[in-house]
Amino acid sequence: MKFDLVLANVGGQGGLSIAAVIAVAARHQGLNVKQSEVHGMSQRGGAVSAHLRISDQEVASPLIPTGAASMILSLEPMESIRYLSTLSSGGKIITAATPVINTSDYPPIADLLATIRNIPGSVIVDAETLAREAGSFRTSNIVMLGAASRFLPLTPESLEKAIREIFISKGELIVSQNLKAFHLGREARA
Amino acid sequence: MRESRILQGNEAIATAAIHAGISSAYGYPGTPSTEVIEFLIKQKTQLGFPHAAWCANEKTAYEQGLGVALVGKRALVSMKHVGLNVAADPFLSSTVVSIHGGLVIAVADDPGMHSSQNEQDTRIFADFAHVPCLEPATPQQAYDMTFEAFELSERFGVPVILRLVTRLSHSRSAVSVRVGDPGKEVRTQPTKKTSHPANWILMPSNAKRQWHELVEKQASFQSFAENSPYNTLALPNESPAVADLGVITTGIALEYFLEEKSELVNTPAHLHIGVYPFPVEKIRKLASSCKKIVVLEEGYPHVERHLRGILSTPIEVVGKLSGLISIEGEMNPETVRTALGLPKREVAKFNLSGMNVMARPPQLCKGCPHGDMFFAIKPAIAAFPESLVTSDIGCYTLGALEPYSAIETCVCMGASIGLAKGAAEAGFFPVIAVIGDSTFLHSGMTGLLDAVSANTNMTLMILDNEAVAMTGGQKTLIPSSRLKDVVLGLGVLPEHVKVVGAHRRLIAENTEVIKREIEYTGLSVIIAVRECVETALRGKKEKIQCATPNDQGGSGCEV
Repeated sequence: MKFDLVLANVGGQGGLSIAAVIAVAARHQGLNVKQSEVHGMSQRGGAVSAHLRISDQEVASPLIPTGAASMILSLEPMESIRYLSTLSSGGKIITAATPVINTSDYPPIADLLATIRNIPGSVIVDAETLAREAGSFRTSNIVMLGAASRFLPLTPESLEKAIREIFISKGELIVSQNLKAFHLGREARA
Repeated sequence: MRESRILQGNEAIATAAIHAGISSAYGYPGTPSTEVIEFLIKQKTQLGFPHAAWCANEKTAYEQGLGVALVGKRALVSMKHVGLNVAADPFLSSTVVSIHGGLVIAVADDPGMHSSQNEQDTRIFADFAHVPCLEPATPQQAYDMTFEAFELSERFGVPVILRLVTRLSHSRSAVSVRVGDPGKEVRTQPTKKTSHPANWILMPSNAKRQWHELVEKQASFQSFAENSPYNTLALPNESPAVADLGVITTGIALEYFLEEKSELVNTPAHLHIGVYPFPVEKIRKLASSCKKIVVLEEGYPHVERHLRGILSTPIEVVGKLSGLISIEGEMNPETVRTALGLPKREVAKFNLSGMNVMARPPQLCKGCPHGDMFFAIKPAIAAFPESLVTSDIGCYTLGALEPYSAIETCVCMGASIGLAKGAAEAGFFPVIAVIGDSTFLHSGMTGLLDAVSANTNMTLMILDNEAVAMTGGQKTLIPSSRLKDVVLGLGVLPEHVKVVGAHRRLIAENTEVIKREIEYTGLSVIIAVRECVETALRGKKEKIQCATPNDQGGSGCEV
């Protein structure tokens, strides 16, 4: 088994927390993981991506080879189509619907969402609304993790356990909000 | 006893440094190295050890690490590749003192320049300094090699470099680590001054002797590298005894090679280099077992360039120098694939119905104080037919981009001040230098002293956001309230030191201040103060968390 995941987002959206949760959950299931992330300048509102590789074999390259990714999980619609060269044919695109518009040439959002919807295997999730329902808009990233979890080679139990472990230092309220966000995302249908 | 933890390459080094018994760790924040010291500072808060601190710059950090080694204790110093340029003076001379407490420098290179101004390769610095260099391929090796580096440093009496690259520093995977407090015994040893002080007094008579010793040590470094299990030679045992292809990998290039290797029809002869100096005998053995050598190394073509001097046979060598692999940027599975002669992977086609994926470059945060000052500078210089605004390294470098287009240079830490002084003294007017508070404390104070002594006709603006913001909001060494004293202490005339608020509502007022100081013939300093919006937000969040009771009914705050 091999599952390569590209995490796409705009710097500051919380993509790295998702990666951390998935990595911990994969370890709970005895799987090997390797994650590659970029810090620094691009985190200031720029396009940011992280590569996460899960396998029952040893993982070598920290970067996903071209055309090998099983999924692009994006916290922003434009970012969901930036790294298509890494996606395998038949790969999934799971993206949040709410745009981060910080450039003057951002296309009309309806056109962008229609383009994404046209790609077979894409799922668009209204993460912001679900996150507010979970108790905080900051849980949008975990809503998206929930939406992606239906296709990940990981059990919801191990992901929940990982969410608890990652967020426990921030208090019980944050943990329960994120668990709720995870479930709302998991139940969401495009 | 061991346990498995998911660690980033940088965290693996920090963890190993604690387990190897360091007393202290020093550094200056810089992507991709920052997390080494950050991790240690967090550990210090939780465990009470080791001492870990950010310093004014990499030179002062290195000298403090050297001081630890002077009294026989272990120290880790960490920085990004260009930081070693700043620390080069103490680093190069420290190779000829006799270190008896281990001194290890973890230096993170940034091939591909994700967050840097150049691509320099630290292996060449190690070679230049005549010291061993270890280059891990995985976070596990980063952990293991850190122990080895401390042992080497003490065995050979020299500083040892751990060379990292972005994809190693910022890769995360399971690392098997020692449990408990394995560093305790080393850490709690009493300090012990050198018994040969002459070895530390590098006046020419001593330095000549010490240099001779370093030259003599080279053979032992060589034999260490030759026998190191991190330099592994795998020759195919099937016949013919000579393979068509030989591959040399170094550091993380090994991982890309392993990714692609399975598709090769014939197993190539393979040498992996994890420690330097070059394992010359192993390289020669490889060369005699293959018809052609492909060199896969991240950074400069360091191994490739030296192969010609190592090999006497006219074997074909290909890599970055030969043009097979791009000499610029990062490697990845694709570049390695092409270098190995494998066909390109198929790329799936997706129909985007003509949708253009627009670029999204980084930009200043919403409400950033730097932006407000850029908007104050622009009208102040608008009346001049020509003007020069030099600047520096930090978030504010983004002031070069739209909608600000306010700054014109970014070279190295602190350069804005020297560039401005040089330009002003060449006759250019008006000249403004724009520098962040932390960059000013790192490398700007000496430049300002030069400007004070010459009373140069220029205006220095210090953007004081109380943070090293670009690398994650580390606190600046001194609080905002003391920055003015530093500037006055350097001798700038008090009537030309202005402290202003970096606010949107003050833009017009600040423009007037800048105009007046430009018009003054001589040196002025304007300090523009407002906390970084990111660190301010974090501070607020921490306060809210402190006020929220946790499930045990206590305060949610640890402090």
